[in-house]
Amino acid sequence: MATVRQLNVNGRVYTTDADSDVSLLFVLRDHLDLTGSKYGCGEGQCGACTVLIDGKSRRSCITRVGDVAQRQITTIEGLAQGDRLHPVQQAFLDEGAMQCAYCTSGMIMTAVSLLNARGGSSAAEIARSMEGNICRCGTQPRIVLAIQRAAKAMNESKQ
Amino acid sequence: MSKDFNFEAGLEPDRFELTAPPSYHFDVDRREFFRFLGAGVLIVCVLKDARAIQESGADKGGQDASPPKEIGAWLHLGENGSVTVYTGKVEVGQNIRTSLTQAVAEELHVPVSSIHMVMGDTKLTPYDRGTFGSRTTPEMNLQLRKVASAARDTLIVLAATQWQVDRKRLIAADGKITDSENKRTVEYAALVKGKQLTETLPVEDPLIPAALWMVAGQPLPKVEGRDFVTGKHRYPCDQKLPEMLHGKVLRPSSFGATLSSLDTQDAEKISGVVVVHDGNFVGVAAPSAEIASRAISAIRAEWKFQPQISNKELFDYLKKNSAEGGGPLDSPFRYEKGSIEKALASADHRLQQTYTTNYIAHCPLEPRAALAQWSGDDLTVWTGTQRPFGVRTELAAAFHMPEERVRVLMPDMGSGYGGKHTGETAIEAGRLARAAKRPVKIMWTREEEFTWAYFRPAAVLDISGAMNKEGKITGWEFHNYNSGAAGIPTFYDIENQRIEFRPANSPLRQGSYRALAATANHFARESFMDELALLVKMDPLEFRLKNLKNERLRTVFQTAAKKFGWERAKTSAGQGFGMGGGFEKGGNVATFAEVSFDRKSGEVKVVRLVTAFECGAIVNPDGLRNQLEGANIMALGGALFEAIEFENGQIRNGRFSDYRLPRFSDVPVLETVMIDRKDIPSAGAGESSLVGVAPAIANAIFDASGVRLRSLPLVPDGLRVA
Repeated sequence: MATVRQLNVNGRVYTTDADSDVSLLFVLRDHLDLTGSKYGCGEGQCGACTVLIDGKSRRSCITRVGDVAQRQITTIEGLAQGDRLHPVQQAFLDEGAMQCAYCTSGMIMTAVSLLNARGGSSAAEIARSMEGNICRCGTQPRIVLAIQRAAKAMNESKQ
Repeated sequence: MSKDFNFEAGLEPDRFELTAPPSYHFDVDRREFFRFLGAGVLIVCVLKDARAIQESGADKGGQDASPPKEIGAWLHLGENGSVTVYTGKVEVGQNIRTSLTQAVAEELHVPVSSIHMVMGDTKLTPYDRGTFGSRTTPEMNLQLRKVASAARDTLIVLAATQWQVDRKRLIAADGKITDSENKRTVEYAALVKGKQLTETLPVEDPLIPAALWMVAGQPLPKVEGRDFVTGKHRYPCDQKLPEMLHGKVLRPSSFGATLSSLDTQDAEKISGVVVVHDGNFVGVAAPSAEIASRAISAIRAEWKFQPQISNKELFDYLKKNSAEGGGPLDSPFRYEKGSIEKALASADHRLQQTYTTNYIAHCPLEPRAALAQWSGDDLTVWTGTQRPFGVRTELAAAFHMPEERVRVLMPDMGSGYGGKHTGETAIEAGRLARAAKRPVKIMWTREEEFTWAYFRPAAVLDISGAMNKEGKITGWEFHNYNSGAAGIPTFYDIENQRIEFRPANSPLRQGSYRALAATANHFARESFMDELALLVKMDPLEFRLKNLKNERLRTVFQTAAKKFGWERAKTSAGQGFGMGGGFEKGGNVATFAEVSFDRKSGEVKVVRLVTAFECGAIVNPDGLRNQLEGANIMALGGALFEAIEFENGQIRNGRFSDYRLPRFSDVPVLETVMIDRKDIPSAGAGESSLVGVAPAIANAIFDASGVRLRSLPLVPDGLRVA
């Protein structure tokens, strides 16, 4: 079995000895103690495990760690710049877009990927892009509002 | 039962939330407490009213007429000005950590940021039966208000003594006591320095009336919200200890299967793996979750099992395997008033219908998880549960040890919805940890959560109605088979009634689910109301109001109708309007639905849900709105498409790719009107707001298509009309 020796996560190089075939989610949580990415289903259906690979959202529970050994991985723990929250994190706080918040890190990572790809989006477009993320508490309307708020903040900071 | 059912008492009999009375009462050792917390002022709330801690369970059994004095909550005011509050309630996403903090801040006059809430730790917090039944706001909120106001009084007395002035001159505000005559101030922290004062309630001063609330009653964002958006918060499944192993349990091939042969040799050969076989229990502990899975796969087991029914035969089976009210199964319910037979015999209109609801799964996004650690004969378990003290009892029983040697801690978890009352993973992790002599963590997979947890009960509901030609209902007969008695009494004014809940032998393990049987009972009742209205060609709203005296319910129906625009004309083909509402757990709700039905594709979409809700004085409007919207969306799943399929003791759709949950595109426009009744004590809101959704949608689908659907889920595969 091939082994992954190094992983680039949140701008830092981690050494590890994970089998290439195990899931990225497992390595993040159990090897690197980055527990912000959550297990929800193990089949890429709920989005709780979402991380960014080179800036794009990916379900870490169905991603072989061997496939991303050379890539830049970002987890929820690496989103804030020091004490300054990412605009999407701030917007989730400002809109109160969480209840139990177990889905929140996956929601935020998916939203960051969406806003990186195309800034402003309508509520319907956001809902479509977030379709793969489950919030069982039913916070979807606020999550859409939070993403719209973040989009606005990100556009303003670009200008 | 002969008199009218008392809704205001809020006591619905329901077997699924009954738990045994506490076998152990927490004793406050005050000296130990100060040693642990440091000096300061400790306020202990002793409950005189048994009901406040008994939830609704023991009242109805009547076996426990005078329970001992019980601690409700306590509060410690430290020398550094910190306020620590201890409650056995737990945070599962309903944001009570926030609303309880708010209540304390309001009474004690301190900033929210200075309050720390210790919740659901069986060693540190007072006994609590569990966080369910929407009882936290009506009970714990009130207790903490009392505790905090007593703390404030104690501080005023301390200041009055120190300054030798009349306490009436002194005002508590912003963490300080101020003398209103000379403006002299002293901080709380300075007042309690070096003290070891204990006060025991009850308090003399009245609480601040709801109309004067400043902090409570205002929106407050989730306490410690930053930890949740940065991934810092550690849920039960994120807990870790040095030297920790990962556990996994061998699951039977089907429900009720027993081992006929077992070979664990290959698993035992894997380095670092400990295999445990103890009665029905077979499990492994391994250095990683991946190795634990490999070890389980290496175990060869054969199982014996009996053929079992499938969901296709479910409803016949429940009726055939049910007990009469008063039968052998626990907690049946029967209510009689007048003569239903006479009412049916003399009616102008008679109608009989049967409704059904399927089993559904809670699907908390965080599956069950526990981390167990033994230290000598003492066991500590971190786990996600709505009943930490109940899990402690389960652990003590499982390991034949006194409860005093078991400590259960409940980190704020990834939700429960009534589905995490039990301690399966705690026991599994505890058993493996004892064998491995190291801490062991168990995290259930989604498939395990779907299969080995429990479900919302399925139901068969038979209703017969008698009515005169003016549309006045004269007789009401209602039978619920299997699902429960919550929300079973009718709130319409009907002279002659027979209402009965008949427990049945459920083919699947079943238990609490947000709003319990109230969802099934309201679905049947409110659908039937529309069917009756149709018989006399009356408008469904007018028909309800004609048969309804209760002012609070009339108000929510009328309010929602106005907001919805009930009178307006349809603007497109396939558009349908419907309503449903009721009273549950102290909350009054009316929900109006607009659906669109595409005759060609068969697609039914819920376009808009308008809810009017009233649960007395509102504590946290923002939190309440979040709860109401969430309840609407959760109810949407069970109303439209969620159903557990099973056969021969196996779940056929136990994963998210097979079991459809509401997603972003399913969410309709939600409009919520919250009616704030400051003159009525606050009730909980996490559950009642679910109950109107399914009947409102069923009635709207009938309006749109002419098809009356009588089974939940309504349209798992769309709606085909010939």
